[in-house]
Amino acid sequence: MQRFAALLDTLLLTRSRLGKIAAIVRTLREMPDPDRGWALAALTGGVDFPAIKAGTIRALLSGRVDPVLWALSRDFVGDTAETACLLWPEPPTPPGPQPSLTEVVDRLTHATRATAPIVLADLLDRLDETGRYALLKFATGALRIGVSARLAKVAFAEAFGVEVELVEEYWHGQAPPYTALFAWAADGATAPSSDLVPLFRPFMLASPLENAQLDLTEFAAEWKWDGIRVQLVNIAGQTRLYSRGGDDISAAFPEMINALTTPAVLDGELMVRGDAQGSTTGVGAASFNALQQRLGRKTVSTKMLAEAPAFLRIYDLLLADGEDLRPLPWHERRTRLEAFAAKLDPTWFDISPLIVAPDWDALAQLRAGARDAAIEGIMFKHRQSPYTAGRRVGLWYKWKRDPLLIDCVLMYAQAGSGKRSGLYSDFTFGCWTTNPDKGGELVPVGKAYFGFTDAELKDLDRHVRHHTVAKYGPVRETDKSLVFEVAFDSVHTSKRHKSGVAMRFPRINRIRHDKPAHEADLLATLAALIAD
Amino acid sequence: MPSDFAWIRPEPGGLYIRPADVWIDPSRPVGTALVTHGHADHARAGHGVSIATPATLAIMRERYGEIGEAWPMPYNERATLAGGVHATLIPAGHVLGSAQVLLEYAGERVIVTGDYKRRADPTCAPFQVTPCDLLITEATFGLPVFRHPPIADEMARLLSAREANPDRAILVGAYALGKAQRVISELRLAGYDAPIYLHGAMEKMCRLYEAHDIPLGELRTVAGTPKAALAGQIVICPPSALGDRWSTRMPDPIPAMASGWMRVRQRVKQRGIELPLVISDHADWDELTETITQVNPAETWITHGREDALLRWCELTQRRARALALVGYEDEDD
Repeated sequence: MQRFAALLDTLLLTRSRLGKIAAIVRTLREMPDPDRGWALAALTGGVDFPAIKAGTIRALLSGRVDPVLWALSRDFVGDTAETACLLWPEPPTPPGPQPSLTEVVDRLTHATRATAPIVLADLLDRLDETGRYALLKFATGALRIGVSARLAKVAFAEAFGVEVELVEEYWHGQAPPYTALFAWAADGATAPSSDLVPLFRPFMLASPLENAQLDLTEFAAEWKWDGIRVQLVNIAGQTRLYSRGGDDISAAFPEMINALTTPAVLDGELMVRGDAQGSTTGVGAASFNALQQRLGRKTVSTKMLAEAPAFLRIYDLLLADGEDLRPLPWHERRTRLEAFAAKLDPTWFDISPLIVAPDWDALAQLRAGARDAAIEGIMFKHRQSPYTAGRRVGLWYKWKRDPLLIDCVLMYAQAGSGKRSGLYSDFTFGCWTTNPDKGGELVPVGKAYFGFTDAELKDLDRHVRHHTVAKYGPVRETDKSLVFEVAFDSVHTSKRHKSGVAMRFPRINRIRHDKPAHEADLLATLAALIAD
Repeated sequence: MPSDFAWIRPEPGGLYIRPADVWIDPSRPVGTALVTHGHADHARAGHGVSIATPATLAIMRERYGEIGEAWPMPYNERATLAGGVHATLIPAGHVLGSAQVLLEYAGERVIVTGDYKRRADPTCAPFQVTPCDLLITEATFGLPVFRHPPIADEMARLLSAREANPDRAILVGAYALGKAQRVISELRLAGYDAPIYLHGAMEKMCRLYEAHDIPLGELRTVAGTPKAALAGQIVICPPSALGDRWSTRMPDPIPAMASGWMRVRQRVKQRGIELPLVISDHADWDELTETITQVNPAETWITHGREDALLRWCELTQRRARALALVGYEDEDD
């Protein structure tokens, strides 16, 4: 446990990607089996102890710490698990030796709602502060250490000198503590079999199209949809849904798992049915906002399935009838896709249609006119290109539509991290509730930390320092004198924000030193652009 | 009958002793100031008369040059202020020269702790527990999450990080008065006898400590040292220098910080620190509550810091207490 706890602290405090990888590599090489498998599972989100919730920890502490002192401490620390590990009353002598990670897994797996507090208390008593922190983070599954599953796999590959693509391929058939995977990578055993496993295949990615025109005889155009990119895989009777990062999100979308029953690998946009728009196909998709309600869930209610059913808008076919289609040119895959999709249930599937335009100008006009909430812009795909992993220049391009603009007033700023540490670079801005001359007030509508040059950032940092009216920990409140022209892709209703709206991809488009704050836009102006 | 201690008054600018017309650690220039210790938020320039320990006065002269009339008051020597108020300075264990103030008037004894700690510190005299009727205590780390670990553990982590990274410099952010010299002294006690490098802003105070018979071993300045020579070295600098351009003179520096705030991971992360060293010159939660218990005053007033939690503790232990809203004290860098 000590080794794992030290790794978590190092990962939390190390800023550089290479530094994080090096720390994971060292641990994976030096930790014994099966502890290292559990450590890897923790980093890749592969452990889940249903009996342990954040509420379990609160309840555990409420019997040991005065509730007022708990609340004051929790407010200061800002994290329940960390507050608990700092406040835990250490016994004068621990009731036993430090538990190993494997013992922790074993005991947490067998814990029930009723026994969880007793099990946790015993483990906490046997650990020091760092160990307690690691235990609580591990048990609740909320590590937040800035390590993606991909980074952990890269580190695994580096630790044992194997190809990361092979790690990705074998990964999906394995469960923690990944005994076969370690045996293969570390000890040279036979590779885990993958033939009968619904694997994830790396996505083909597009480059942004900047001020260039493409030859439409060479490139096919289709809409760029505002959902999430997914891969739906059916192999050997098993179906899985993978997100862009290769994470298995099958549990959140059971309807899609049931929908594909023939062997295939589909690349497409996952969206939610709705009637906010859908003019191009006749069958509607709701905005990204509706989809967002369904993301990140471990289970999904019948009510949600009925109210916001998902569907897949397919744009590529990677495997069908046991044949790998990826080496084929795009136009041949497209033909195969159209034939394949015709056999699918239209409740769950449609094809992303091609956009037909006589010339570039006509296409640009179509793009400018597309204010549809489910459309982000236009994709271009080279008609002769095979399906290759990653981003290769010249094959796929994305041409995003022009952003929406609104004038907002800078309200709060927070210092950034990494190369921006010490510079105020995260900006919260607001719009007026009503005319400011008639008592209108600013209400925060969004937050942005990019869109400006390094020189502008210096200038903004100076503005914040000279116009601070209050400090709240790391946050400074400004005198609300500076106007930003904020660009964003769309705006949606939000119950989580006081303003009632949430922007997608807001960024600082221009700094309007010339514009007085009272001339910034009203909240109503922003709300009028809502595309739910 | 409990008294209301009407002769000592908390004002926004400091504690005012009315019969003596003396202010304790005033945040603006006054006629007569009693200064508990040399940190800039407690010892300010521009008073008519400054009363303090000889070491604190020396620190003030080093900081401000001319400080007006100075009244040196050695530890544990009872003196009489105007209006018949007796004052005694008692070691507080915070930094060199730091003192608690014992005030006696109208049959009442009042202790103003100033900033203090209870841990051993090779660079200053240890805190003395003194009985009184009213204890006016600081509460910088007045939350039960603050429990400073033994300093030897923190030194061991610093030295092992140095050993594990022979190609990198370890940049330790530390308050220029007190913390820096304590870290250096503790490194020497841990057997580290290599030269320790200093940011220019640390030099004056280190020299002053050495002049007060606190040996710090071989110290070198960063200025003029080639970058490559700093690999594997420990460099002490003000916390503000960790993130600025000065730090780019170091070979791949590891930002470290010696501060009580380093106990909370989110704080560590916010400041971009990779090697947090939980070292504080203030009392932690256990020391604060233990001190109130040992001194056992009839009443406790709580000055700057997180007074809410300490007030709650007094309530739970059935002690008479109130929080004072004094402004102008900052301990962000401790």
